Amino acid sequence: MMNRRDRRRLFSRLMTTATLAAALLAVLPLFLIFAYLVFKGASSVNVDFFIQNPAPPGVSGGGVANAIVGTGIVVGVGSLIGLPLGVGAGIYLAEYGSGKLAYTVRFVADVLNGTPSIIVGVFVFTWFVRPMGHFSALAGAVALAILMIPMVTRTTEEMIRLVPNSLREAALALGYTRWRTSLAIVVRTATPGIMTGALVAVARITGETAPLLFTALGNVNFRTDVMEPMQTLSLQVYAYAVGPFPEWHRLAWGAALVLVALVLTFGIAARYATRAKYEAN
Amino acid sequence: MVPALFLALFLDLFVSSLPTIKEFGFEFLYSDTWDPVADVYGAAPMIFGTIVSSILALLMAVPLALGVAIFLTEFAPRWLRGPVGTLVELLAAIPSVVYGLWGIFVLIPFLRAFVVPALQGVLGWTPFFSGTFLGNSMLAAGIILAVMILPYISAVSREVLQAVPNSQREAAMALGATRWEAVWTAVLPYGRAGVTGAVVLGLGRALGETMAVTMLIGNRHGLSVSLLEPGYSMAAAIANEFAEATSRLHVAALFEIGLVLFVITVVVNAAARLLVWRVSSGSSAGSRAI
Repeated sequence: MMNRRDRRRLFSRLMTTATLAAALLAVLPLFLIFAYLVFKGASSVNVDFFIQNPAPPGVSGGGVANAIVGTGIVVGVGSLIGLPLGVGAGIYLAEYGSGKLAYTVRFVADVLNGTPSIIVGVFVFTWFVRPMGHFSALAGAVALAILMIPMVTRTTEEMIRLVPNSLREAALALGYTRWRTSLAIVVRTATPGIMTGALVAVARITGETAPLLFTALGNVNFRTDVMEPMQTLSLQVYAYAVGPFPEWHRLAWGAALVLVALVLTFGIAARYATRAKYEAN
Repeated sequence: MVPALFLALFLDLFVSSLPTIKEFGFEFLYSDTWDPVADVYGAAPMIFGTIVSSILALLMAVPLALGVAIFLTEFAPRWLRGPVGTLVELLAAIPSVVYGLWGIFVLIPFLRAFVVPALQGVLGWTPFFSGTFLGNSMLAAGIILAVMILPYISAVSREVLQAVPNSQREAAMALGATRWEAVWTAVLPYGRAGVTGAVVLGLGRALGETMAVTMLIGNRHGLSVSLLEPGYSMAAAIANEFAEATSRLHVAALFEIGLVLFVITVVVNAAARLLVWRVSSGSSAGSRAI
């Protein structure tokens, strides 16, 4: 028969082990997903996969060149629209934003960050796709930009807040105007951090599918015109995964592997950007 | 600009769903008829499916995520914290559509072969595990959602627990508490608001998740309490039907579903931010989860 103290110690041990088990169980899906991506995806990634367009249903072979180029275009244009707006809003919030308005902007940005991305797709559909009369890569890019703005706003703001006030004061004491201090001193100091935030946002929109369903739509052909419907890797994975052909499933795994590799590359670059900042200081 | 975007989203959804709001009123929310041929729409199955799959996901993800957060802040050796934390957060970097793909070709066959027979053997007499398992189901959607929201809940909980002052732990230990008792009686109660916020944030993610759910939930209109049967969710309905909807009411019905989903997620997220902000004053919650 154990005494009370031993029982309590044993229970503490048990719960400690339980939390360790939780951690192991939490990383298990990560390993399983990566294992399957490599195991099933690698076999379909070859030269044809990168340079060919999808073959007609039932015909083997083919690749996802159109989707790879499309992802680059849609994400690139989306970032060109979203990043300047997000960074600008972040600078404004951090440098000039105090009081009620800034609090509201911050709060709304955080709430928008949690808004389902499909809602943004529906929104862009009514404001861009319907007036233009057709689906287009540009509409998809706008949807992705809208998703980026609140994310980038918040990270930019936080990074700028980390810049010590003494730097601002030094610049102002030397006779810099307020805006020049903001741009030349504060933003420059915070640039690596802002880069990290931007890259994280790019990584996240690269994997987005839902907001593209009724904007960029997808396309079985190779397109580079942003006014036309365009395929992306994420749309390709969706279309092929739910389709009936084993050949499509094979391509879906390959496209998913390339997509995840792309997202992780941006993610790792994001971490590297911050690391460079800390080493410089 | 950010608040303007928010207002524009809301107004757009509201104005576009006026036809069904006028036509069906509140019945839209509790009627389970969805018939594009007769132009009669009720969103109950989607609202039900969204809520059930999200709650199912929380039931699985919350204990695990809290376990991970507690392990990483309280028990893990220092050298292990960074790597394990990064691995868990990597789960948040995997695109939703890849989760869907993995769910279709790996999770569902696994469930069919091992999990469902066992569940039916033990709990088959309850209404929740009755019926035949066809693959795409509430259960599959709930499990994949649990994996997807786990990194958010654990990352935010971890930030919250790290913000608990060490004096709390020391005081509990000095009174003779074991390490676990210190966590349970001192650390967790101190961070209660923040941890609740983390859970609510996870709920917000689960409610609005689209692709993985669309690929796994089965997309069937209908109300069934059995987790083994297919269901539908609000986001999935929009994803599946929006591009094909032609009649004015059908489009408006989908917009109204979007409106309901938007309002629910805004309320849930606002609650989460307020709870988390109370603890980590003003920093954006979950910023570490990429």
